[in-house]
Amino acid sequence: MKALNVKKGKHVSYSKWGYIFLIPFFLVYGVFSLIPMISTFYYSFFENYMSGLKMIGPTFVGIDNYIKLLNQGDLLKYTQNTLIMWILGFVPQIAVSLLLAAWFTNIRLKLRCAGFFKTIIYMPNLIMASALSMLFFALFSNNGPINMLLMDSGIIDEPFHFMSSAIGARGLIAMMNFLMWFGNTTILLMAGMMGIDPALFEAAEVDGATSFQIFSKITMPLLKPILTYVMITSLIGGLQMFDIPQILTNGIGGPDRTTMTLIMYLNNHLFNNNYGLAGALSVIIFIITGALSIGVFKSLTGQKGQGDKG
Amino acid sequence: MKKDSGGSLFRLNIKRLICYIALIALTIICLSPFYMLLINATRAHVDIQKGFSLYPGNYLIKNLINVLDNSTILIVRGMLNSLFVSTTTVVLSVYFSAMTAYAIHAYDFKLRKFAFNFILLIMTIPTQISALGFVKLVTAMNLKDSFIPLIVPAIAAPACFFFMKQYMESSLPLEIVEAARIDGSNEFRTFNRIVMPMMKPALAVQAIFGFVASWNNYFTPSLILTKAEKKTLPLWIAYIRSADFTKFDMGQLYMMIALSIFPVIIIYLVLSKFIVQGVTLGSVKG
Repeated sequence: MKALNVKKGKHVSYSKWGYIFLIPFFLVYGVFSLIPMISTFYYSFFENYMSGLKMIGPTFVGIDNYIKLLNQGDLLKYTQNTLIMWILGFVPQIAVSLLLAAWFTNIRLKLRCAGFFKTIIYMPNLIMASALSMLFFALFSNNGPINMLLMDSGIIDEPFHFMSSAIGARGLIAMMNFLMWFGNTTILLMAGMMGIDPALFEAAEVDGATSFQIFSKITMPLLKPILTYVMITSLIGGLQMFDIPQILTNGIGGPDRTTMTLIMYLNNHLFNNNYGLAGALSVIIFIITGALSIGVFKSLTGQKGQGDKG
Repeated sequence: MKKDSGGSLFRLNIKRLICYIALIALTIICLSPFYMLLINATRAHVDIQKGFSLYPGNYLIKNLINVLDNSTILIVRGMLNSLFVSTTTVVLSVYFSAMTAYAIHAYDFKLRKFAFNFILLIMTIPTQISALGFVKLVTAMNLKDSFIPLIVPAIAAPACFFFMKQYMESSLPLEIVEAARIDGSNEFRTFNRIVMPMMKPALAVQAIFGFVASWNNYFTPSLILTKAEKKTLPLWIAYIRSADFTKFDMGQLYMMIALSIFPVIIIYLVLSKFIVQGVTLGSVKG
């Protein structure tokens, strides 16, 4: 930035190259993202679907599609499903990650093999979510290895039908999300903790603060920006939850649609060629994503402002 | 004084022990699904039905041959398709993201700030919400069952751009660009011959992440690809899930999952140092 300001005068004649180098990005973005997005929004105001082989519409119907979606009640249910499964995965994820990050960055603990553990816990993040889901489906099926292990060790007498209980299926999905993301969160939080001035910890120790006090009064407040970032990205990612529940339940969202997420709902409308409803649903998901992101961001940065004053 | 420090040392050791136990437990939780996968991929269908074993069987080669011979589920074809799409995607996204980041980093122009903020804004928009328009566009362009709609959009990759921009701010001094200009290098050549080589560490990190993201991608390909010979790996996984599970050879099933997961694990174990470091580079600076 500094170099740029100093040499501002010299750069003026080259400014057209800035635009030239931006052409590929904006051209491709315009064609493959912006136009589709605008047309999705446009379709949301039309009655347009396939009835057998016959195409109905497109006829302009105003906000009828939105009213239909909101009146059906499915939308609310699927939003709740998505958020419940996100929270079930996120709460243990943030708790474990905070603990691990605190341990790894603790100078007095001096844990050995930190690199090895970090490598292991990050690994599930790179696994194909659909394949992991298929693997869990096989491992946790009624006569799969997990049920056999549980029965052999005498914990249960009959196989537990994970896939026919809401808690079982939601639990499995949350567990996979936890497994895939806690390593990533740990590494991000570690980076945040290592950015804190060690002199603060030393001063607190000299003053006789306990490690819990140090954690809650120094580490947590200074970690707010990175926690905000982790929470927002996780929430946006959580709202896009698709691969894992889709494969685990074969797109049905069973049992009794308790694991059907918003994007699975959208996917169903797309596959059934309900273009109007799919469009309206896309707009609603867009609004929910935006509102929640802003909400989380505001609440966390707002608290930070109060803390600074006090 | 001495006694006190001895007591705190003891407490520290107890705490250390608890940490190690917790870490080992987490390691077991992380690795056990993949261990079970590996074991079951080496066992025959009948053995898998009988119960779980901690030790590998001797059916690895047979399972592999069965999977390769399977004429309905073209896993090898799927792997090659995934490999092709992922490789081309990575090359495009890495090169053009660096180019976009360079435009904003090195040049001063009127819309510079606007362009930067615009890309940051679109970074948080989920791609799924434009899926309807995307499918309609691809159908209109007659590109269904083609890899082009999966590959070309990679040129506009906001997250990859952001990473490159962050990296340039810390490690690309503009004096070098100035020097190249004085030596008579034109802007395009400067970017290709001087800037790109300096970006190697960032390019490597993004190449790994980009490859993995594309290899694992399920949502978009499922909307575009329908023909068996075009399907990528995640689509075959979905196909296996939708098939009648009771009639399936479980040995083959585990082998197919293994073939989708283990290539990435191997790449990861070889390059884990770069990857774990790379995770933090692209995020906000605490």
